Amino acid sequence: MEQLSVEHLTGIRDLTRQDIELIFKTADSFKEVINRPIKKVPSLRDITIANLFFENSTRTRLSFELAEKRLSADVVNFSASSSSVKKGETLIDTVNNILSMKVDMVVMRHPNPGAALFLSQRTNTRVINAGDGTHEHPTQGLLDAFSIRERLGSVEGKKVAIIGDILHSRVALSNIYTLQKLGAEVMVCGPTTLIPKYIDQLGVKVEHNLQRALEWCDVANMLRIQLERQDIQYFPTLREYSMQFGLTKEILDNLDKEIVVMHPGPINRGVEITSDVADSKQSIILQQVENGVAVRMAVIYLLAGKIGR
Amino acid sequence: MEKQVILDDQHVQLTMNRLAYQLIENHSDFSSTVLIGLQPRGIHVLERLKTILEEITKHSVTCGQLDITFYRDDFRRREKPLIPSATNIDFSIENKKVVLIDDVLYTGRTIRSGLDALLAFGRPTCVELLVLIDRRFQRDLPIQADYIGKAVDTLNSERVSVEWKESEGADKVMLFTPELNGTVKR
Repeated sequence: MEQLSVEHLTGIRDLTRQDIELIFKTADSFKEVINRPIKKVPSLRDITIANLFFENSTRTRLSFELAEKRLSADVVNFSASSSSVKKGETLIDTVNNILSMKVDMVVMRHPNPGAALFLSQRTNTRVINAGDGTHEHPTQGLLDAFSIRERLGSVEGKKVAIIGDILHSRVALSNIYTLQKLGAEVMVCGPTTLIPKYIDQLGVKVEHNLQRALEWCDVANMLRIQLERQDIQYFPTLREYSMQFGLTKEILDNLDKEIVVMHPGPINRGVEITSDVADSKQSIILQQVENGVAVRMAVIYLLAGKIGR
Repeated sequence: MEKQVILDDQHVQLTMNRLAYQLIENHSDFSSTVLIGLQPRGIHVLERLKTILEEITKHSVTCGQLDITFYRDDFRRREKPLIPSATNIDFSIENKKVVLIDDVLYTGRTIRSGLDALLAFGRPTCVELLVLIDRRFQRDLPIQADYIGKAVDTLNSERVSVEWKESEGADKVMLFTPELNGTVKR
């Protein structure tokens, strides 16, 4: 099994455990590459990649762009705010126009769930999902699991709690799929209103008490409250949320074990996580960002290898 | 497939010893020389040489492992993507003499990629090439080895395989020749 079973990366749900392990193995090599004096390899010299961002992003976009450039791919960027999407062009038309300029691969973030899958079925290109609405954010799921593997040696058998706004989080779903496929136990924790109904059918534990979740887990992945997606009031005030579900140094120090703290970013310091926790030794937030580039290089490399000449 | 042993256990040892002495002739105490083995199969040659060299010179020899997967020129021309091995060079090669080491020199394309990959670690004073087996007259690129264990004349359809005690149980070099249709095995 030395190649991916998929032609596109639209979600972790389609991947096998072997796929994920292959991506990690390749990412190990790329992590070594990006720590060299010259952080660039010529593998994708003849590939052009379009980054289509129909939704705002700093980290993911920068991370993808760096990954592409370090593989020597040609990169074109596109953001919805400064494009013809405003003039009423459909997604398929936009993408087909870009593809007719001979682009080999598309990295897309879109506010609608399923947008990446839709595109992969209707256009003749490779698609990497960089986040589709509240559905999946596969590369984030991969890099989170990769970071856990790096810190704890393996993912198998580890207990991971995902804490915060699960309802609006694409990171949560991709994390659940990745971690479960690698044999970890997953718990989601948050206010009742921010936990999707029937999420237990995915085989995850559900908890509404932060203290109990932290006592159970080896790794706590703190998610941001996505105010921009919340059309109605899900909890009384941010301050109240923070008092119930915010991770502070005091809570962390009172646990009888040392857990690993993660955050996919962007952090709202003082809401879901306090500054001293975010900057503590237990936090691997910046390692996650570093690993993001290596994991994305691996995904792009492995998918590009399947493009025929 | 017809099988022929080119070098057996004893010969491999003799050849490796000779290569080690040849290296010492040119690099004496290895203070400004580093040995770099090409992944995956060059590593065995490197490990073996390192042991012999350190035994003879009583100096430690700086060694690294280089993976050339991302520098190959046949990416996307193959059925499957190439999966990388580990690169392990935790020193600078700036102003060092580098000896690249591989098991078989055939088309020269691997070495070409290796030279490219090497540049990411600095600018060496010079680069030499050591191979255990040189498949003469089969080069696609103008690349020649400085130290050769054994030169063999082969056809394109033939295959040379190097086996090691550490991984396959015995040291030996073999030549595989496909049988032609209609011919009877001698």
